[in-house]
Amino acid sequence: MRETVLKSIHESHQARMVPFGGWTMPVQYVGILEEARAVRGAAGLFDLGHMGRVTVRGGDATAFLQRLQTNDAAKIAAGRIRYAMILDDAGKTQDDILVYRDPDEDGFFVVVNAGNADRDLEIMHRVAAEFGNVRIDVLTDELAMLAIQGPEAAGIVAGLTDVDIPSLKYYSWARGRVGSTQGALSRTGYTGEDGFELYVPAATAESLWKQALEIGSPKGLIPCGLGSRDILRLEAGMPLYGHEIDETTTPLDAGLDFAVKFTHDFVGRGALEQIQAAGGPSTRLCGLRADSRRVPRQGYPVMAGDREIGKICSGGASPTLETNIATAHLPAEFAEPGTELEFAIRDKREPLKVVTLPFYSRTR
Amino acid sequence: MRPDDRRYLKSHEWCKIEDGVATIGITDYAVANLSDLVFLDLPQPGTSISHSEPFGEIESVKAVSDLYSPVSGEILEANQELPDDLDTLKTDPWAQGWMLKVKVSEESGDLLDAAAYEKLLESEG
Repeated sequence: MRETVLKSIHESHQARMVPFGGWTMPVQYVGILEEARAVRGAAGLFDLGHMGRVTVRGGDATAFLQRLQTNDAAKIAAGRIRYAMILDDAGKTQDDILVYRDPDEDGFFVVVNAGNADRDLEIMHRVAAEFGNVRIDVLTDELAMLAIQGPEAAGIVAGLTDVDIPSLKYYSWARGRVGSTQGALSRTGYTGEDGFELYVPAATAESLWKQALEIGSPKGLIPCGLGSRDILRLEAGMPLYGHEIDETTTPLDAGLDFAVKFTHDFVGRGALEQIQAAGGPSTRLCGLRADSRRVPRQGYPVMAGDREIGKICSGGASPTLETNIATAHLPAEFAEPGTELEFAIRDKREPLKVVTLPFYSRTR
Repeated sequence: MRPDDRRYLKSHEWCKIEDGVATIGITDYAVANLSDLVFLDLPQPGTSISHSEPFGEIESVKAVSDLYSPVSGEILEANQELPDDLDTLKTDPWAQGWMLKVKVSEESGDLLDAAAYEKLLESEG
């Protein structure tokens, strides 16, 4: 198991550590629900050191990315960020990623999931072999990655950086002083709140963490683990690799068409076009509410009468909605909001209702 | 130190036996480890339970866990208020947070006294 540079910080907070994507990561500090509420109401500080971070440079970098992933890399302006997928030839999802176009020079920065990072790199090197001038550098070890998320995040981050935060748009990034050193930050996140992801040299991660808490604590900032991050992203209707999306799903199955641009020849494009020509996928990714006390969890059967029509992708107790929420890929005839279903938990059945995704979206 | 007027299972249930009746609950360590409790399912009075077999389920934000019985016997009473007030398990797992009262026919052979349970917790870190 790999450990992030903030390991001793987590120990000092007495975090509960769990294995995640090949890394030992904090799942919670004070409690998942309390941390999730802090992000909705004030702000949360996350260690995201497990995320894979890669730069792509060279004269063929744009052409390489056009082949590698589903979004239109050529149309990403300098300093902007796009969500995308890496697919296989059958259109099945190998990873979901963020593509950052460098604000200052030619090239890109790509953030990938921890558990897929090794495979992503294999795919990248294989695709890069089709092109002449592409250089791929892994920065996961040398850069730390932290997130500050929540309605108070902008005020807190403004105190940590010389980047002009009010003018930094959602899904944009900039270089500048971050904490005590030169780094970069993006207005991105995985919580459904306004927020930022911060990149600094690994050696300065601890001091940035401490400085963030010093500035942020009076505004309600607390350390948050992956447990709260998971329920926050689920409330916000954001997919998690290994749950809503994986090697068996296409972006069309998961309703992620917005991240797929048929403007360029990406791996898997032909397969997606065939699926579309045949009328699209037969299932929909649905939001589900479970208003009894039991929590629907990944793998539990979704039942329509005695027929199993799918399995839960993700589920959890939602502190924001004050009920249990889940997702599942369901046949189109059961996907209409309001449809009453059940899930099976051991030998019992509990009610489920189809609702519109996302469960939560912030009011600006 | 946990109360020494009762005995413990490795799975973090406690039982206090008085006049052939066992009061059963779970320890503060179990409650802290589960965190954010959402659901508790207890069996009805009149049913029989067997030691070392699950008698109920407790669910937290993170997972569903079985509850194991320290004794075999017939359930005389179940704490009916507890499933609707799971916070009691946090504030008072040793008294108000009791789960079952059972007429004991047999005790589990794996019961630990308070000192042995304490040692177990140390080894679990």
